[in-house]
Amino acid sequence: MTHPLLSIEDIIVDFETRAGKARVLDDVSLEVNSGEILGIVGESGCGKSMTALSIMGLVPDPPGKVTSGSIKLDGRELVGLDHESLRQIRGKDIGMIFQEPMTSLNPVFTVGEQIAESIRLHEKASTKAAMARAVEMLRSVEIPEPEMRAKAYPHQLSGGMRQRVMIAIALACRPRVLIADEPTTALDATVQAQIFDLLQDLQSEMGTAIILITHDMGAIAELADTVAVMYAGCVVEKGKVETVLSAPEHPYTKGLITCVPHLLPDPPKVRESLQEISGVVPALTDLGKGCAFAPRCSEKIDRCEAAKPELRTSIDAHLTACWVAEKETGV
Amino acid sequence: MGLWKAIAIRIGYGLLLLLAVLVLNFTLISIAPGDIADSIAGDMGGADAEVIAEIRERYGLNEPFYIQLWKYMSGVFRFDLGYSYFFNVPVTEIVLERLPATLLLVFSAQILAIVLGTILGVLAAKNPRGFLNTIVTFLALFGFAAPVFWTGILLIITFVSIFPIFPVGGMRDVTVEGGFFIETLDLLYHLVLPMITLASIYLALYSRLARASMQEVLGADYVRTARAKGVPERTVLYKHALKNALGPVITVAGLQFASVISGAVVVETVFSWPGLGTLALQSILARDTPTIMGILFFSSLVVIVFNILTDIALRLVDPRIKTG
Repeated sequence: MTHPLLSIEDIIVDFETRAGKARVLDDVSLEVNSGEILGIVGESGCGKSMTALSIMGLVPDPPGKVTSGSIKLDGRELVGLDHESLRQIRGKDIGMIFQEPMTSLNPVFTVGEQIAESIRLHEKASTKAAMARAVEMLRSVEIPEPEMRAKAYPHQLSGGMRQRVMIAIALACRPRVLIADEPTTALDATVQAQIFDLLQDLQSEMGTAIILITHDMGAIAELADTVAVMYAGCVVEKGKVETVLSAPEHPYTKGLITCVPHLLPDPPKVRESLQEISGVVPALTDLGKGCAFAPRCSEKIDRCEAAKPELRTSIDAHLTACWVAEKETGV
Repeated sequence: MGLWKAIAIRIGYGLLLLLAVLVLNFTLISIAPGDIADSIAGDMGGADAEVIAEIRERYGLNEPFYIQLWKYMSGVFRFDLGYSYFFNVPVTEIVLERLPATLLLVFSAQILAIVLGTILGVLAAKNPRGFLNTIVTFLALFGFAAPVFWTGILLIITFVSIFPIFPVGGMRDVTVEGGFFIETLDLLYHLVLPMITLASIYLALYSRLARASMQEVLGADYVRTARAKGVPERTVLYKHALKNALGPVITVAGLQFASVISGAVVVETVFSWPGLGTLALQSILARDTPTIMGILFFSSLVVIVFNILTDIALRLVDPRIKTG
């Protein structure tokens, strides 16, 4: 039986806060195959980054804790693995790129050293060999004059350059899974496009599975194969990008798509004012028993506040957790 | 070479500062009532005004202030810091004879305080709710609150009277012989208590500082990056985080150098350590102006040298500090 390269099943992560227990991830299930890009989309505070951290085994503990669930990398269970084994997987089998290239590189080491460190740690390479590999990595992320740049400190590089360095660090040991947590949020629009191109090129070359975390539906439409929409710690809709974008079922997904007008199946001819989803993500400490999105939902029915909808398949592995959608599709 | 130029500039400023310190010290001491003549007269068991005037004449104390200053300063440029009337030797000779003992004490105390303080700070930052954190907080309160001489006396009572492990004072034991190695050991043995006493104040300071600095750094994005790379936790702490957290500790350690030297005066007195501190005390009581000036000159020199070294160390630790 073929299993997905990385599969997350029913992960629950709780945080102990002063306001009480907060369930930051509630029954999250996702999977990604080699060579695929899975997009995770949602507003800030929806649990996208926490999903990434739980895959890395880096959920800050205390106050956080993976309460239950399973994360399997190529069939190997990661939840409950000891620190040392997890450490060996991090950087080697799973690489990660963070949101802030400005602060994610260590200011007191040269970028060459920072790339080489991960090679030295995971492949027992000599200092010299690792440095040579680091220069190669800089070349492959299309940094001009890599020999010279390897000796540069992060503050001597631009934001786009630094994010390229971050990608080089994450891919240095040719990981099978790359988690990119909002890799372009802090960058200029032109640089964003370059970084996405680079990620796509490297992926087709190395066959890495990528989990792309973003709040930008446009980026998802352009890059991802499958998409998962998260809201308040839950996956509310997931499926193939084409299906989800062309026929979104969850009102939240619809809202996110409306925020990017050119993604609509029937883009408005005249300039209309931009749509937005009113309200904010609720505090995770006081979620009701109903659907977390209900207070902001325009299609709300009585049932939405009474009980929490579960993910249900409609067609072609397209899953949605919404009472309204369920009623409409008649499943 | 940006670094060398920066150092050259710092040395230039340092020399100017030294000059200013000398003029200021000389002026202040001249203004202060009483001089060596009073002191000599006192030793003679009292003397009449005529004798005192004669002593003043002989030591050039009757000349106008600016002539005295000029004579002194021109001496300094020839590395002549004057003659000690009290010890009857040239000032340079007696100060240089005592300086190594003080430097040894100050250095070892600073290094002990910095290294131990940083390690305690790192461990406390790692477990903010842990036992070590409580210890660091206690040490800090104790170190700041307890006067140095009192800490010294407590240590003497504990480790000399109750548990006779260490010598009560002095720098070497005259009865110990047996070559360089044995004598060095004897010196270190005498060094332990005064070093701990002097270090206690600064240990508190540096551990608090290192803890605060580490706590901030441990929350930084690049620490998360290091963990995501699979860097072992120990390396994350002592390489990725500590190198970033050291800046404030080094800066403060450099600034504290002057106060460590003044702290040494007290510690040397408590432990009869034959350094500049005891010399300073004797020469102040004897109104031996040239010696006091000499001591101040050398301590200023040491402080200035260490400020420059601090600058260099900071540049080595953090590449973002622009050279020049």
